[in-house]
Amino acid sequence: MYLFGYRLPGMSSLILWGLLWEIVGRAKLTFFVPPLSEVIETLFSIIGTPAFQKALLETAYAFSFGVFFAVVIGIVVGILMGKNRLLDELLLPWVNVFLSAPLTALVPVLMVLFGFGMQSIIITTALFAVWIIILNSRAGVKQINRSLVDMANSFGASPMDAFFKIYFWAALPEILGGVRIGIIRAVKGVIIGQLLISIVGFGALFELYSANFLMAHFWAVLIVLFALAFTISEFLAYLERRVSYYAAKR
Amino acid sequence: MAMSQIKEDSNQTEVVKSESAVSVKNITKNYGDIEALRDMSLEFPRGQLTSLLGPSGCGKTTLLKIIAGLLEPSSGYVEVNGKSVTGPGPDRAFVFQDFALLPWATVLNNVAFGLEMRGVAKSERESIAEKYIGDVGLAGFENSYPHELSGGMRQRVGLARALSVDSDVLLMDEPFSAVDEQTRRKFQEDLLSLVQNENKTFLFVTHSIEEAVYVSDQIAILLPRPSRVSEIIRPSSFRGKGVDNIRRDPEYLDIVDDIWSSLRTYVE
Repeated sequence: MYLFGYRLPGMSSLILWGLLWEIVGRAKLTFFVPPLSEVIETLFSIIGTPAFQKALLETAYAFSFGVFFAVVIGIVVGILMGKNRLLDELLLPWVNVFLSAPLTALVPVLMVLFGFGMQSIIITTALFAVWIIILNSRAGVKQINRSLVDMANSFGASPMDAFFKIYFWAALPEILGGVRIGIIRAVKGVIIGQLLISIVGFGALFELYSANFLMAHFWAVLIVLFALAFTISEFLAYLERRVSYYAAKR
Repeated sequence: MAMSQIKEDSNQTEVVKSESAVSVKNITKNYGDIEALRDMSLEFPRGQLTSLLGPSGCGKTTLLKIIAGLLEPSSGYVEVNGKSVTGPGPDRAFVFQDFALLPWATVLNNVAFGLEMRGVAKSERESIAEKYIGDVGLAGFENSYPHELSGGMRQRVGLARALSVDSDVLLMDEPFSAVDEQTRRKFQEDLLSLVQNENKTFLFVTHSIEEAVYVSDQIAILLPRPSRVSEIIRPSSFRGKGVDNIRRDPEYLDIVDDIWSSLRTYVE
């Protein structure tokens, strides 16, 4: 965007919103919104504390395992659904149901099934992310150029070769799109898991800060979480752009 | 055979029968209630180029894909070098109308793909691929991507890929229909020298009468609904006269006219 002839760097609008936040905070309209400067000050003061680092570690642990399972299962199931009509008919209704289902309501069931520990949190995280990855991988395979499949077959490609050398690459732009959205959902999943299943990680911090009305602390942790999710999502968007040169020409 | 055959050489017919690289025997193909091919039999002589020519919907691509082993016939069978076809095999390579290149792979990797599927080691398949990339005139483009190439160059990649696996039989499904007219002419000339120099059998699907007569040793005319072979034409006199003289040879012009008069009633 250009303003008075100057090219503004990306996300300049954040400055405006930050200013608005600061003004609302200073005006003391509500205790719920402390000034941004105070939030950032708190952020730097808590970032080195053992409690914060433990929370970060626990959250990262559950998040990365959950995302890992969601990505691997999602891509494989999605591609197989795209390839196999029978599997597609069997699974598609469930995928659609779970995609739009209020998964939070399922968390108590998971607790009964898998206990109150890290395992349930990881499964919750994976459940939030996996459905959109399945759907996108499936869509990527559905639009594959038939003659690429014929070509691979005509040269005697084994099913494994076809899977890894044709279907996966042909669907990669859609897969990355699905993984990006899935990861954003996984952030939700991991926090909800930490709040509902066992109070650990960032979930525990949120609980602690909001119960004690430590709003600056609360917002500081939230900003950290947003920043992390945003960074991962931007990284995946970058990967998507890397493969976009062939997305339109398959 | 509805129409009398044009200038068929009886001696060559004998050779044809014993020297077929590909034999199609009583092939029928149904899609549900629709009969795509009915009881079709055809012989493809070794070392020659046979065109399948006919109006759209006459099943020429279906027949080619059955020969490739990509489609299964409802009844009948195909023999390649005397062996019955049960699926794709190393004795056949396919050239696709839309080139079927991997958009995410370089020219080198695209050409080497067929060899990769056949388990050839990386360094070996790359040196073979480089040779064929040079042969089709794309030296220097090894690391380009398909979207950076023109249509004609892309089909050269497809051709190099099919040649690199060194199959006996080359199946070409309207290979030049997606390239511009001038490139097509160049391709047709190159194809003639390819047929002459490589000891391969070429099966060539086209909807262009001129192209079929220009490049073929034998032309099978297919007619639609249900698809059948209506006649087989073997041009005899102009093949040795050089690429520049074919298009004004009287026999060439006669055959083109005859084919058109037998096909025109099938074209809406």
